[in-house]
This record gives sequence, C-alpha cells and structure tokens, in this order.
Amino acid sequence: LQMLSSLRSSSTLSSSVRGLLTASSAAAKPRHDVEGRAPPPLNQLSEHELALRDTVKRFSHDVIKPLVRSMDDTSTMHEAVIKGTFANGFMGIEVPEKYQGPESSFFDAVIVIEELAKIDPSVSVFVDVQNTLVAPLIFTLGTEEQKQKYLPRICHDWIGAFCLSEAGSGSDAFALKTTAKKDGDDFVINGSKLWITNAGHASFFLVFANAEPEKGYRGITCFLVDRNAEGVSVGKKEDKLGIRASSTCPVNFDGVRVPKSAILGEYGKGYKYAIECLNAGRIGIGAQMIGLAQGCFDAAIPFMQERKQFGSRLIDFQGMAFQVSEVGMEIEAARMLVYNAARMKEAGLSFVKEAAMAKLYSSIVASKTTSKCVEWLGGVGFTKEFPVEKFYRDAKIGTIYEGTSNIQLNTIAKLIDAEYKNKA
Amino acid sequence: VGMRVLVGVKRVVDYAVKVRVRPDKTGVITEGVQHSMNPFDEIALEEAVKLKEKKSATEVVAFSMGGPKCQEVLRTALAKGADKAIHVEIPDADASKLEPLHVARALRKIIENDKFDAVFLGKQAIDDDANQTGSLLAGMLDWPQALYASKVEPDGKSLKVTREIDGGLDTIKVTLPAILSADLRLNEPRYATLPNIMKAKKKPLEKKTAKDLGIDLTPQTKVVEVSEPPVRQAGGFVDDVPTLIAKLKEKGFIKA
Repeated sequence: LQMLSSLRSSSTLSSSVRGLLTASSAAAKPRHDVEGRAPPPLNQLSEHELALRDTVKRFSHDVIKPLVRSMDDTSTMHEAVIKGTFANGFMGIEVPEKYQGPESSFFDAVIVIEELAKIDPSVSVFVDVQNTLVAPLIFTLGTEEQKQKYLPRICHDWIGAFCLSEAGSGSDAFALKTTAKKDGDDFVINGSKLWITNAGHASFFLVFANAEPEKGYRGITCFLVDRNAEGVSVGKKEDKLGIRASSTCPVNFDGVRVPKSAILGEYGKGYKYAIECLNAGRIGIGAQMIGLAQGCFDAAIPFMQERKQFGSRLIDFQGMAFQVSEVGMEIEAARMLVYNAARMKEAGLSFVKEAAMAKLYSSIVASKTTSKCVEWLGGVGFTKEFPVEKFYRDAKIGTIYEGTSNIQLNTIAKLIDAEYKNKA
Repeated sequence: VGMRVLVGVKRVVDYAVKVRVRPDKTGVITEGVQHSMNPFDEIALEEAVKLKEKKSATEVVAFSMGGPKCQEVLRTALAKGADKAIHVEIPDADASKLEPLHVARALRKIIENDKFDAVFLGKQAIDDDANQTGSLLAGMLDWPQALYASKVEPDGKSLKVTREIDGGLDTIKVTLPAILSADLRLNEPRYATLPNIMKAKKKPLEKKTAKDLGIDLTPQTKVVEVSEPPVRQAGGFVDDVPTLIAKLKEKGFIKA
C-alpha cells in the first residue's frame, strides 16, 4: 500500500514539475548562442557600458555630490546638474541619431539611472522620466513632425513631464477626469493633474485626457502640450519627505486649446500607451532603487569597519554581520531582477511580469537597506551629517510611484494565473 | 601648422582604490580592482584635443601598451576626442614587467613609421611614479622635451610651454617635433559623454605586438620586495612646552 501511494505521489509530482517547466518557458524564446559560448553573467558589462558608467560616476561625484545636501534642503535641482545631464548625453539616451540623439540602448539608461541614484535619487528620477516615459512615447508613436519638433530638444534642453495622475485617480488611473472636448479641428483640455514629476522644469507635457468620457477608458487620448500654451499653469511644488530636489507639482489645464496634430499616437488609445510605457518605467524605477540601496550601503559599511565598541569593529559582531549579509544579498538579488528585465526588453521578449517584480522587489529592498543602515550607524545615522538619513527618506517613494506595490502584486498574480491557465 | 599629436595613455589602478600588497610581496593586488586611465594622461589627452579644437592640431592618436584590457582606456580616449587608437598588446603575464624603457622603445618605433609632430604624455603614472618615458623617448629621438607643463601655447613651428618646477614657473620654447609631459594644473579633462562614447565605436583601433615592432622587452630591473610602509605609531599628549622639549630631547630629535 505504501509503495503504491508513493508511486502515485511521484507521478503527480512529476506532472506538476512538468507544468512548472512549460509554464516558465511559455514566454521565452530559444537563446542564440554567440560563437558557441555561454552567455556572460548579468553583471558583466560591455566596454562601452563600462565607459558610460565611469562617466556617470565621475559626473555624480564631481558635480552632484557637493550639491546634494543643499538641493535637498531647498527642494531645488541646481542648474549645473540639469545642464550636466544634457551635456553628457544622459537625456534621450535611445533617441535615434537622425534626431540628434545618441541612439543607444535601454540598458544604458538603466546604467545612468542606477549610477546617479547612488549619489542622489532625485537626479536619478529626473533623468529616468525623460528616458523611460517621455522620449520612448514620442519616438515610438510620434508623427515625423512631432519627432522633429521634440526629440532633438529632448536631448538638448527640453524636459518633458508625464501627466496621468489626478487628485481622484492614482492607482485607478483610468478614472481620470481631465477632458479633451472636440471643437472643430481642435481639442480643448480642462482638468488638473497632480503629483507630476519634473513639472517645475518641464517645457512640455504628455497629457492623458478623456476625449469621450462616455466610452470610459477607451476615450483616453495622449496630447502633447507645450508649457507656454494658453491656459497651462504649474502649481506650487510639493514639500516632500524624500526626493525633494525632484520637482513634483500640480499642473492645471484651463481651457487649453490644442490642434488635432497634438495627439500622440491614435485617438482613444491613450490608456494602452500609458500601460505599455509604464512597463519600461518600472525597470527604470527598479534601477533607481538598486542604485539608492547600493549608495546607502556603500556609505554604511566603511563606518562599521572603522567604528569600534567593546574593542571590536561593529561589523565583527555576529548579529551585525548577519544583518549585513542579508542586506547585501537582497541588493544583489534586486539588481539581477532589474538587469535581467532590462535585457529581456532589449531582446524583444515579453517582460511585463519581470518588470513588475523588479520594481516591487527593489523598492522593498531599498526601504529595508536604508532602514538598517540608519540603525547600523546609530546616532550619527539619524543626523543629516551622514547621507544615510536622506537615502532612508528617498527610498519610500519607490513603493508608491509608477504603480504602488499592491498594484505590482496584482499584476504579477494575474500574469502567473494566466501562465498556468494556458498549460491546464 | 597643424600638428599630429601622439598621446600615451596608461591603464592604472584607480586613484581612489586603497591598494593592498600581495601576500607574496611581489607587488600590489590588481585583480578585481577598479582601474582607469592615469589621471595625468587624461590631462595630456585633454590638452591635445583642445589644440585640435583650436585648429592647432589636425589629428590626435591615442597609444597604450599592455594587456588586452588596455582597450578600455583606449576606447575612453576615443570617446574623449582622439581620432584613432594604437594598442601594443602584451600578454598579461609579461605586462606586469613592462618598464618605461620598453614603452619608449615602442613609441619610437611607431613614430619612425608614422610622422608625428608631438608626443604628449602624463608626467608620471600613479602606479609606479616613474616619470621616465618622456625623457627616455626624447633621448632616443633626439627631440626637445617640455616636462611638467602647466600651460601650452602653439607658436608657429614651436610650442611655448610653462612648466611647474620646484622654484616656481619656468617658460621655455621648444621646436617641433617635441615631447611634452602634462602636470596637474594644465587643464580640467572633459567627461566622455554618451554621444561621444557611441561615436568612438566607429573610430579605428589598431593592434600591434612587440614582435611587429621588433622591440626587446627584457626587464632591466627586478622587483625584490614590495611591502607596506610601517604602521603609524600613536603619538602622545603633553601639558606644556617644557615637557615637549624634554620629550623631544629624550627621543633624540633635538640635541640634549
């Protein structure tokens, strides 16, 4: 009897294992081996990627680092930092050469976002929005005229802002109330957007407004609106817990008239574009979070090696060392999720689940890392003299913007459910 | 008018790294350690690129000699404005035994085959602090040398160079072709911007071997031992000047 039952359980085990294997390979394409060699580890970067990372490191250290504290205190982004991001080619990274862009890869954007976050997560998000939301929407959906107008400027001096959220619609994005009423060949936009990153510096906005509210979300359309258009006003910037140098403001549209040519992509497809570009945006935030965690960790460990209590270095106490191990491991795991999601995107594979996981996990890790670092540094960790308290405050937004953690959990669950359904 | 400048760039352990001595005391640990372009070489390269931007130079060629990873530094040089790069590749095992004399020999061969008006180098590498390559090369080629430059001005077929020396500043004029070594305050090197990193991929990088150049790489020196400097001894506090004097006398630093 015992043998029979064990046989039966082993066959159900093998069928469920088979299920696991086929489910996970559902989205994967076969790997193309290069010259018969195994693919390199995820953390091995190409020569060019190393050169770029080095440039970002130097820029962050030379230009941004001395200004971090004052930018945080005054909630402003220094002119030298903004100019530097454009001058070094960090803005519009994937924009084709035809439009005066560097025509580089998505992974390069990840590198830039991660490195900047090690010094200042505010500057990191500033560059992230431009590269993962603003520029891609325009170069994938724009008409030739729109691309000629915006793309070169995106690489040189114009900052774009992504206007989706409102007072009444955050996670429930499609419940937005901003309308775009057709009037002849124009549309008139009325409404208020809230929590808009980069709004203080933006020269133009990508505005999601509903042109046919009766159709629900299928009326949502994306409009390109210039800051100097009549009726556009940017409200007072928020006084935030973290990423304070990043401007977060309300943006009001009071009878703003735009021509039909201001529509980006197709009429009524705005909802689709918002969802799709936020997938890439999630990898960007993941990059910001792993950079933030690493930067904080890099500030904390040397302190724990220097500081002694009871005759031993802090890091030598087993209790402390075990915490350090755990945090170090989680940062490494988060980085692998972010890097792999980015590489999957570049390989043309479906990456929605992996992007959601990367953002969710790395924001959790960033919160935990920074919290631990403050504790490890004790009293000094609690003061502004050391950088860890700022990283602690900056980390929190990771679990909130570009899709809250609960939304990510929802998304991942739905995808897993679908994966297994396909194999039932 | 319109110089062709050859710029030497060396891949060294990054200045920010805390170097540690190998357990066998044959040198410092270089595996898995951050490397970058020698800071003085960055300054030399920047000066050459600036001259090209001012139309005083027509071409800037970057040169490096060492193991395969030298390519990283050459790509950075291309991204910072060099037009092409030459890599004299030495197997990693031999690269650690390279001396300024060998580099000077290689540079001389390159120059013999290809006309250059000036060679810009960093004044010294931050790993060996040798400060020899420039002078050795000048001797081999019988060219004038302007070392520790803090200011460079083209002057017809010459260069007017202000040098930082122990006594202050020394301004000389050297007729081209000449050797120049860059000191810290000569300029502030630019960053390799992303668009330039992308453009650098299309610029030519030529590879040569020591055999191609027909040079001898036999080491002239042998490293006997590398060890850490003695640990700094703790000091002490004294209450007043007479006690300080007494202590100094006691320790033999001033005559009793």
